[in-house]
Amino acid sequence: MNRYRGNVEAVRNLIRETEVHRDVYIDEEVFHLEMEHLFANTWVYVGHDSQVPNPGDYFGTTVGTQPILMVRHTDNTVKVLHNRCPHKGTRITTETCGNTGKFFRCPYHAWTFRTDGTLRQIPLSRGYEKAGLNDSHAANGMNPVRHVHNYRGFVFAKLNDVGPGFEEFFGESLSSFDNMVDRSPAGRLEVAGGVLRYMHNCNWKMLVENQTDTCHPMVAHESSAGTAIKVWENAPPGTKKPMAVEIYAPFMAPYDFFENMGIRVWPNGHGHTGVHHSIHSNYSAIPGYFDKMVAAYGENRAKAILDENRHNTIYFPNLMIKGPIQLIRLFKPIAANKTLVESWTFRLVDAPDLLLERTLMYNRLINAPTSVVGHDDLEVYERAQEGLKVDANQWVNVGRLYDPSEGHDVTAETNGTTEWQMRNQFRAWSKYMTMSM
Amino acid sequence: MAAPTNQELIDFVIREARLIDMHRLDEWLDLFTEDGIYWMPLEWGQTDPRLTASLMYEDKMLLTIRIERLKGNRTFSQKPRSRCHHVLQTPQIERRDEANNEYVTWTPMHYVETRNDDQQLYAAWATHTLSVVDGKLKIKLKRVDIVNCDAAFGNIQLFM
Repeated sequence: MNRYRGNVEAVRNLIRETEVHRDVYIDEEVFHLEMEHLFANTWVYVGHDSQVPNPGDYFGTTVGTQPILMVRHTDNTVKVLHNRCPHKGTRITTETCGNTGKFFRCPYHAWTFRTDGTLRQIPLSRGYEKAGLNDSHAANGMNPVRHVHNYRGFVFAKLNDVGPGFEEFFGESLSSFDNMVDRSPAGRLEVAGGVLRYMHNCNWKMLVENQTDTCHPMVAHESSAGTAIKVWENAPPGTKKPMAVEIYAPFMAPYDFFENMGIRVWPNGHGHTGVHHSIHSNYSAIPGYFDKMVAAYGENRAKAILDENRHNTIYFPNLMIKGPIQLIRLFKPIAANKTLVESWTFRLVDAPDLLLERTLMYNRLINAPTSVVGHDDLEVYERAQEGLKVDANQWVNVGRLYDPSEGHDVTAETNGTTEWQMRNQFRAWSKYMTMSM
Repeated sequence: MAAPTNQELIDFVIREARLIDMHRLDEWLDLFTEDGIYWMPLEWGQTDPRLTASLMYEDKMLLTIRIERLKGNRTFSQKPRSRCHHVLQTPQIERRDEANNEYVTWTPMHYVETRNDDQQLYAAWATHTLSVVDGKLKIKLKRVDIVNCDAAFGNIQLFM
């Protein structure tokens, strides 16, 4: 069916001021258009450069559904290449990550490529003397992605030539990355601990919306966080509050806690919860950490960095970061009803190990396929994916705290339970979906 | 209890799985020592539970939260409830250290978890570190290594 392909008007009509049509979640054609347009016209997170510290190091992943890899080139820059051999299409890398040396070598016919993707050598190359290879698609080697930006270690790619530059696309939202990186006394992060991979039978946008949905924790997570609080209340008096309880308990904070924490929206679909405080504000101090921060930055600057406790920052379209606990979640679209969630953790270089230990505990308790918090989230997403089949009402409501004077593509600070950030994402969705149609 | 016989260790491991399958989780929790740990590594051959991610690394308090949660009226992901099924190979006695009151068994197993129309099969090895406390065998550490520990899973809601 071609209800949406080539029909800009139909795509735009999916998004209203306070409602979105169910087809953005359940329609396979819309999904394919997202992959062709939305995930090509925007800057999409690829990986962190600490995953490829040395020349020849590579890491294979996807942008949308496109297989790509990032690699440290011999000139020490990070390149992003399409992960296929120009000859027969064979995926070039065998492992998810590794070191390829000075060049990639296809395992099928031994065509080789430099780590910037250019074609290096073909065995028996005289067989191509009259074949017009230089005018063929194969001449482009592994098709390097032209638009790649490394922001303080975080590598992004934009597959299409249309769409804004990196700085214009992200603008002030980069302050959330800054805060996460600045929390290292050395000003550097390293991917550490291992990635949790969690398969979801729902649309990727349900997860992105959930990151700034502050009216769900005390409802969906009553069973886990509420139980944690009750179990903790039965502990013998004088027991030191465990780190796990510090992590679980704030999910049960009352509505006014979330209203007052604030939400900030930025242009192009970015935004964050936790302008004033967040569920990460009241964790116990890690011994020795503040002193290291003061030594690195001076007391005032160190305090300013650590007083910023942003909750979830959305980098549209499909990345969320948690600066105060050095964790990111990438929502990788697989199909309209299938999403792979990757939760990555970071070490703050030169900070005490206990910080990484807390980061990993948070990830395990909240984001793992074995997480009792994750279980209830996935349950509601999958029920929504199912419920959206209802024909009697084909619209999802995102109208909470809407005001007709609400600006589009602006920077604003507002009540922490607003759905403005979800509306912000859908307005950006509409813009980047139709930009290249 | 004097030093347990090998057969007693084997019987213990088999009964432990049976209690999970029968949803007798309060009794199951009682099998752990006060500082007992349930560990499900994320990495093949993982040695460090602290600075390497795990799927689960839970003390008795965290296990209690899981078990109490399963009883709740608003535990949405367990309406309806999951069921599970263990098939164990005969546990092998990996190590007997009577002097230190520590006994280690190694048990290959298949584990099925099911809910609604969905059924998932996992293959794993369970390593039990056991100890005699007040005359009874107890679990100091139950380690479950899933053969595809680093694969992308959906919900795993009960205990392997």
